[in-house]
Amino acid sequence: MASKGDWVRIHSVVLEPGQRAPQVPEDTARVPLELWIKGYLQADAKPGDQVRVLTRTGRLLEGKLLEGGLDYTHSFGAYVPEVTQIGEMVRARLRSIES
Amino acid sequence: MKDMSYQALMGRKNEIMKAAVGLDYSRFELSGLAFNYEAMMAAPGLDLAQIAAVQRDYAIGNTPLIELKNITALARALAPSGMGARIFVKDEACNPSGSFKARRAALSVYTARKLGYKGVVTATSGNYGAAVASCAAKAGLNCIVVQECFDSRGVGQPEIVEKARKCEAFGAEVLQLSVGPELFYVFLRLLEDTGYFNASLYTPYAILGIQTLGAEIAKQCRAQLGRDPDIVVCTNAGGGNLTGTAQGLKALGCHAQTVAASVNLKGLHMASDEQFNRKSFTTGHTGFGMPFASWPDRSDVPRSAARPLRYMDSYYTVTQGEVFFMTETLAALEGMERGPAGNISLAAAFSLAQTMPANQMIVVQETEYTGAGKHHNAQLAFARSQGIDIRFGDPQDEIPGQSIVLPQAPEMIQAQKIDLDHLRRSLIRKATEGHTGVLSDQEITYLARECNCDQDFVLSTYGEGL
Repeated sequence: MASKGDWVRIHSVVLEPGQRAPQVPEDTARVPLELWIKGYLQADAKPGDQVRVLTRTGRLLEGKLLEGGLDYTHSFGAYVPEVTQIGEMVRARLRSIES
Repeated sequence: MKDMSYQALMGRKNEIMKAAVGLDYSRFELSGLAFNYEAMMAAPGLDLAQIAAVQRDYAIGNTPLIELKNITALARALAPSGMGARIFVKDEACNPSGSFKARRAALSVYTARKLGYKGVVTATSGNYGAAVASCAAKAGLNCIVVQECFDSRGVGQPEIVEKARKCEAFGAEVLQLSVGPELFYVFLRLLEDTGYFNASLYTPYAILGIQTLGAEIAKQCRAQLGRDPDIVVCTNAGGGNLTGTAQGLKALGCHAQTVAASVNLKGLHMASDEQFNRKSFTTGHTGFGMPFASWPDRSDVPRSAARPLRYMDSYYTVTQGEVFFMTETLAALEGMERGPAGNISLAAAFSLAQTMPANQMIVVQETEYTGAGKHHNAQLAFARSQGIDIRFGDPQDEIPGQSIVLPQAPEMIQAQKIDLDHLRRSLIRKATEGHTGVLSDQEITYLARECNCDQDFVLSTYGEGL
């Protein structure tokens, strides 16, 4: 349950598959054009409800209320051994040039 | 009630754009297919000193020019005796929003404010969004950034997710979309709804802003080394970076060659939902670089101020694997951790330096910030999670969308030259499409300037198409 005034994320469909631009490739034409945006919830609601939000620039937008989606979870990624190996390789090459 | 369908809104494109850029492009049209590019660039009435002053107000510019002595030593060890130019980098990551895009954003936001707009809108998944948001924060204007961010599975490209965070940190409203060129439709709808300024990457403001980058390179080389650089390498996507840099160099009377570099993403469709997350570069790649060079007016304004073929002396591609390799090398040998997209020109410069005499110098004209999502480890880890085959080998074996081949050794980094005449012919054919009569002298002169070629080349290409 989310309360009026909460900062939330909503989802909506801008163009259905049949409304996509004529030039899009087939894999893109098969799926809708979707939109995600954040704003202040205008009335109490539960995830999945159709709601209205007031965005950062003061626009009222409608969409489906999403659960969460406010966390930043991107990271430096899982360990990639090749990155370490490149560093070792070029350091060793430079040392051999200097000697 | 206005018709908001895709076709109807696209039909109102010109009137929406005219209201949103504060510039009447019809003023610059000449007869036939030509237009007056020089008059368009002069229209804002800003000279280099005024542009630099605006940027100083936003704490933008005057970034350091750094000699990469260890990378130069490595290049020399791989080059024939007496070869291996000194490699320098302009550390544009030092700008407030972390990239050279700050220069482009400053003039757009300055103009929006001067003309009385309440806010700015920009359509970009890259550093430019963060740059506009940063300047808008300082100027007290509202800012909306529209991003192509997720595929239909809802998987976000980590670099773009990071850019959304940064834009939000600067107080911008971020509108995230799934894959598709209809981003432009959403963008137009926003401009119409809000009446905000279109902080396009392709207006004269956005290109004039980069002139200071070229001018600073000339000044710094003269002050630090007592000479002009021989080559300046620019990462090339929409062409603005190269165009503005070359104009700035020329304004200072610097005759360095301007070389473009893009990551080779051959075979990937830029509007494909399934291929969206199979590439590790969201900009600086051939998917933008080639089509925008051969047809600049595909941009979001009637006439693009980014016209790279006018200034490009040569154009090279590098692979994703080569750029990741150089990004790690920059950290390992120079102690500079920077974002991969900013190192596309570094990878090309490392290869080109080996073909230049040791007494020459080559300047890489940008770096960008790095961090969560943008870091090369983050990008490689994400690519691996999407099923991309990452391995050591010959980078020329890389197949974009399927593999990332990291060079087995630094000597395998070999920038590949693109045939500029092919791009020139493509531009002339597109410009003269449907044209059947004789080209006027004005049209021939215009096309020769567009392509940086002679008039005979224009006429013979046109003749072939008839």
